[in-house]
Formats: sequence, C-alpha cells, structure tokens
Amino acid sequence: MLLESWFCTEILEENGIKEEESLGMRLKHKWTVLVTLLVSLLLIISGCGTKTAETKSQQPEASKEKIKVAFVYVGPVGDAGWSASHDEGRKYMVEKMPNVETSIVESVPEGADAERVITQLAEKGNKIIFTTSFGYMDPTINVAKKFPDVVFMHCSGYKTADNVGTYFGRMYQPRYLTGIVAGKQTKTNLIGYVAAFPTPEVVRGINAFTLGVRSVNPEAKVKVVWTNTWYDPVAEKDAGKSLLAAGADVLAQHQDTPGPMQAAQDAGKFGVGYDSDMSKMAPKAVLTSAVWNWGPFYVKTVKAVQDKTWKNDQYWGPMSDGIVDVSSFGPMVSEDTKKLVAESKAKILAKQWDVFTGPIKNQAGEVKVPAGQVMPDKDMLQFNWFVQGVDGTIPKS
Amino acid sequence: MNRLTVKLEKRLTPSPVMAFIIPFISVILALLLGAIFLSLTGQKPLDVYATMFGETLGSKYGLTETMVKAIPLMLTSLGVSLAFKMQLWNIGAEGQLYMGAFGASWLPLTFPTLPIYLMLPGMILLGMAAGGLWALLTALPRAIWKVNEIITSLMLNYVAILWVDYLVYGPWKDPKGSNFPLSAPFPDAARLPGLGNSRIHAGLIFAVLLAIILAVVFKYSRWGYSIKVIGSSERAASYAGMNIKRNIFWVMFISGAISGLAGMAEVSGIIGKLQHGLSPGYGYTAIIVAWLSKLNPLTIIIVSVLFGALQVGGYSVQLMGVPAAVATMLQGAILFFVLGGDILTNYRVILASRKGEEVRH
Repeated sequence: MLLESWFCTEILEENGIKEEESLGMRLKHKWTVLVTLLVSLLLIISGCGTKTAETKSQQPEASKEKIKVAFVYVGPVGDAGWSASHDEGRKYMVEKMPNVETSIVESVPEGADAERVITQLAEKGNKIIFTTSFGYMDPTINVAKKFPDVVFMHCSGYKTADNVGTYFGRMYQPRYLTGIVAGKQTKTNLIGYVAAFPTPEVVRGINAFTLGVRSVNPEAKVKVVWTNTWYDPVAEKDAGKSLLAAGADVLAQHQDTPGPMQAAQDAGKFGVGYDSDMSKMAPKAVLTSAVWNWGPFYVKTVKAVQDKTWKNDQYWGPMSDGIVDVSSFGPMVSEDTKKLVAESKAKILAKQWDVFTGPIKNQAGEVKVPAGQVMPDKDMLQFNWFVQGVDGTIPKS
Repeated sequence: MNRLTVKLEKRLTPSPVMAFIIPFISVILALLLGAIFLSLTGQKPLDVYATMFGETLGSKYGLTETMVKAIPLMLTSLGVSLAFKMQLWNIGAEGQLYMGAFGASWLPLTFPTLPIYLMLPGMILLGMAAGGLWALLTALPRAIWKVNEIITSLMLNYVAILWVDYLVYGPWKDPKGSNFPLSAPFPDAARLPGLGNSRIHAGLIFAVLLAIILAVVFKYSRWGYSIKVIGSSERAASYAGMNIKRNIFWVMFISGAISGLAGMAEVSGIIGKLQHGLSPGYGYTAIIVAWLSKLNPLTIIIVSVLFGALQVGGYSVQLMGVPAAVATMLQGAILFFVLGGDILTNYRVILASRKGEEVRH
C-alpha cells in the first residue's frame, strides 16, 4: 500500500459511506475514473504546446526623450514564426533607434484579454502600440478611443480611427515566387499546403502560391489542409504528415511554427517555409521561405510619430519596400529555378506586373479576372475563392 | 533487509490550526520557488510579485479586470461543481460555454431589432438551453449505456469549438466584414449592462446568485441531498428509490446550462459578437477551481477571483520582461504547492519499514 492507498481512501471517505459490498470492484472503478481524468487533462495540456523563454534586454535608465513603444503578440516570441518575425523587427528598431524603449506582451489571446493588455500598455505611457494579430482589431479600436494621444498600429485589419492606422505586407508576391520553386521541385505534381484558417489573407496566399506553381508546372495541384489553429506545433506537423501520406512531395504552410517543414524533412521531402527563414529548423527540406521583414517599417513609423508626420493610413507594403521577401535558397534548388524566380521578382519589384493579373480562373474554370486586368486591392483583401489548381474548400457564407 | 516505504495516512481530524496555516505556507513556498526561477532569468522577484498582485488586486482598473476574468471562471466552475457533486465528471464546460455563446448569439444575429426586454432574457434562455442540451449529449449515453462521460464531454468540446469556428468562417460571417471571421456586431439591446465605465457586467450578478442558490440547494434541499447520495454510491441511492437516470439528465443539463450562461455573458457582456477564440480555456481552469474549492459554491466565487488575478497578473509581469512561459510556470507552481499543502492538511506522512515498524513524523 503505497501512495495508491491514500488516494483511494480519500475518495471512499469523501463518499461518507462505509461500504462492504464489492470494495475491490469499487476501487478498480475509481481508478479507471481517475486515470481517464488524468489522461484527459494531459491531452488538454499537450495541446498548449511548449513555449520558449527568452531573456529580453532591458534599458533601465530611461532618459526623458525616450519614446516608449509597445508590441502585443498573439504567440510566444520563440514561435519561430509570426510573432518571432515581429520581434525581430522590434529588435532591429531598438538597434537603429537608441532613444526608443520597447516592451512586449506575448501569448495574448484574442478574446477578452486583449483589451486589458492594450489598455495597460497605454496607461504605462507607451506612445505607440503595435497590435500584431487580426483578432486585436476591435480591442485596439476600443482602447484607442480612451487614449487619443497614443498612436495605435494594428497589423492585418481593416478598421482605422483618428489615432489608429493599419499595416500589412503584400505577402502574396513572395508567395508566388516560392510557388515557382515548389512547382519546379515537385516530382509527384502534388504540393501540400498546411493552412491555418480560411481568412482572406490565407486564401490570397494559397492562390498566389498556386499561380506561381502553375506558371512553371501547369500539371501540378496544390492540396490544402486546414488546421484551425495559428500556433500548434504538433497539429501543424501532423497536418504536414497527412499531406505527405496523400502523395505530396513538397509542403508549403501558412502557420506560425516550422512543424510542417520538420515533417517534410523527416520524410526526406521538401518544403517552403513562411514567416521567417525556416532553413535553420529543417535544413535538408527547406527550399526557401516567404519572409516578413518588419524592422524598417517599425523604424519608419516611430520616426513619423516623433516628427509628427504620422497619418492613420492603411499601409499595404509591396515587396519593393522590403517588408516581404523570399529568403536565400537551399542547396537543392537548381540554377534554372533561381533564374526563373529572379526574372519574376524583377518584374514585380519594377511594378511592371503583379501576381493577380488576368486571366485567372476559379476552381470551376470560370474566368474571374479577365485577361489584361489586374485584380483591385479591394477584391484581393476580401478573397474568398480558390484559383484553378487548388484542391480544397472554403466554408460557404 | 529493511526497506523504508513512504505511506500517507489520513488524519482522523485535520488539525484546525494546520488547516489555516498550511495554505499560507504553501503560497509562500510557491513564491519562493518562483523567486528562484525569476532570479535565474535575471529578474528581481520582489518587484515582479509587487506588480503581479499590485496590478490585479491593488488598483481599481486591475481589480475590475480581475473580476472580468473571474466571471466566466465562476460560472463554469459552478457548472462543473454541480456535476462533480454527483461524481459525474463533466469536463465539457469549455464546449458548453461555446454552445451557450452560439445559442445566445443566434437571437441578435437573426432578429437584431428586438427590444432589450425581449432580447436579453431571450439570449439568456437560448444560451442556457444550448449549453444544457449540449451536456445532455454526454448525459444520454452515460445514463443509458454507462458510456464514460469524461471522454464524451471532453471530445464534444472540440466539436463545439469547431462548430463556432465554422459559423464565423461561414454562414454567420459579417457580410460587411470583408470576409474576416467575425459575426456582425450585436445591437446595443443585446449587450449586458456594465458597472460604471468598467468592463464588469451583469454576469457577475448571475454568478453570485447561482452560487447562493446552489449553496442552499446542496445544504437544505432533498434534491441536493440525493445528488450527494448518488455521488457516493449509485447502488445505495437506487435502493433508496432515487431515480438515477433522471438525476443524471437533470444534473448534466443544469451543469451545461450554467456553463452556457458563461458563454452568453462573454459574448453579450464583453465581446459583443461571436468570434473564434472566445475562451482561453475557462472551462478547463474551472475543473481546477471547482476542485480547489472542494465543490463549495461560495468558495468557488473567491477562488475564481484569485485565479482571475493570477491570470491577469501573468500578463502584467510580462511588461517587466518576464516571458509568458515564466509567468505560466509561476501560476503552475502556486497551484502545485496549494494542492500539495492540501494533502498534508488531511494526511500525515508515515515512514514504515517492511517489517511493519513504523516511524512517525
């Protein structure tokens, strides 16, 4: 009778009834209940994933001219994805602008918590607050009403106010270029795409990627799997595995962890990373990554606020601004492919051509963008249909 | 050879002094352990703790926000505690909360022009009904075929969350929302009134009222008594002529309805629309709160506030450079020690050799 004994005793005594009948059976049953409960709790906890801690440099001596800037992240800064890319941008800014003092709050859920966290940041004297997830849109607008002297910048939303601007990058441009790489690399003509949620941004990325793939390989298809999560290392890796099992030999992703890239590497296949250069996490698999480069934009915005030239714009930065790009290629990418990418990139950078230029057909083969026309920004921002070549569905509204 | 084994023996009467002192010692030990972690990551532990408690319980804004966080915890904890009383392990409060939010949202999204005196009561009823019916999906197989309710209630959580996701990404998407996954905002008539200019809403009144009602039911009513008896021994209860199946249905329905009310209060009182990620796991934290409160409804109210403070404080200390992971670890350490201390209140450790000689401590 070791530790087990007290646990059982406790339960029996809590019941308050001293039972003679089938005591053994009863103990057994209780144990089943407890073990199942524990296993279930473990299941829940494992879903939360691991978080990497990181020591942040602090600047204790804040001089009076220092401007305080805050960042709110939806994931942990160690996610190697979305939040990490913003934090890289923050570090870049701190390096370039010694008179800036930054604070961050990471892993902030998009429900009731966001509004409180943003409020506290404004109360703490931050003059610029960057809220870096779509779900922070209404909380940002709500808090901005109460702090008219603070500038709020919301990433990826569409609502503005006198002191709220929005910012985002035309990630579809590098997505198209990475599509070229994937289209040249695939042997099975099936490319897997691990995607978070069917938001216009994700749909746009899948479409641009697919157009890139089919520009060099009209036979190839892009198969989409929704994970219904932005940040879940295990679920993302599993989704990648399922696509590999379905015959895909290149994986792309719109997720915040390198899980799908690791799945590709484990299977000896290839992948196209997203958010940041993911070749560090899966060097044998990653062909290239479509990456965010927020640093210069953060510097520009903070300077504009300091110079009082800031406006509540809706900034959607193109690749020529450097806010989005493709990372360097892995050793398995052929010179031929690199040349094709360079050609398309030059056209996009020179603004001679953009990705969603007609003719573009939807999955049913209907022409949605006629030849010679360019899809207007308004339509791109509301994308809710897939182009030809995508194997997947979007929930109907 | 004598081998020492460690054994726990239940104290016949937990010493009242120790019962009072041990929780305090537990918290202090947890804070000490946390302090070691904090110093290892280069923080000043005292400053961190001052912020953690100062900004949650020590300032007016912090206090109101702690209450905002505590309201859904109170309601879901009350919900699960009712089922736990009957030894029905309903761990589906998270899903019942989501279904409650879904049921409540249907009314303002379908009939946005209803007057407030029809809208709010209607949302409360629909939210509770949806949460309750969702819990019945667990109760039915449990009562009829003795299907393990832990598994079904847990699995139904995922279904409920994905159902709400489906709605906001599909049919309930705001037509004016540029295809973003949010429902249309609720009309003002569908918003629970708040306290002053804080975010505390009428959900607090629901929670306190329900806690009092449940306390009275457990203590004085026949039904409360039969729940306890069934929880202790189904066989004894059925000899006594209690209808076990009917009680499983009712207890699960009401348990789910209370969690459904939490979902209604969250969409109506705080968020003002239906969206993905309504709850950062209130329904799971509720299990811990209910357990720590020993299923006492009035204790649940207090413990929920403390948990709210712990969670809100976790974000506040990030501003001092404490990573989210360390803040979460700190919360875990406090829980660990409080639970551990609880065992020592009720049990004593006995070192016994194989031969049966006992060394008491």
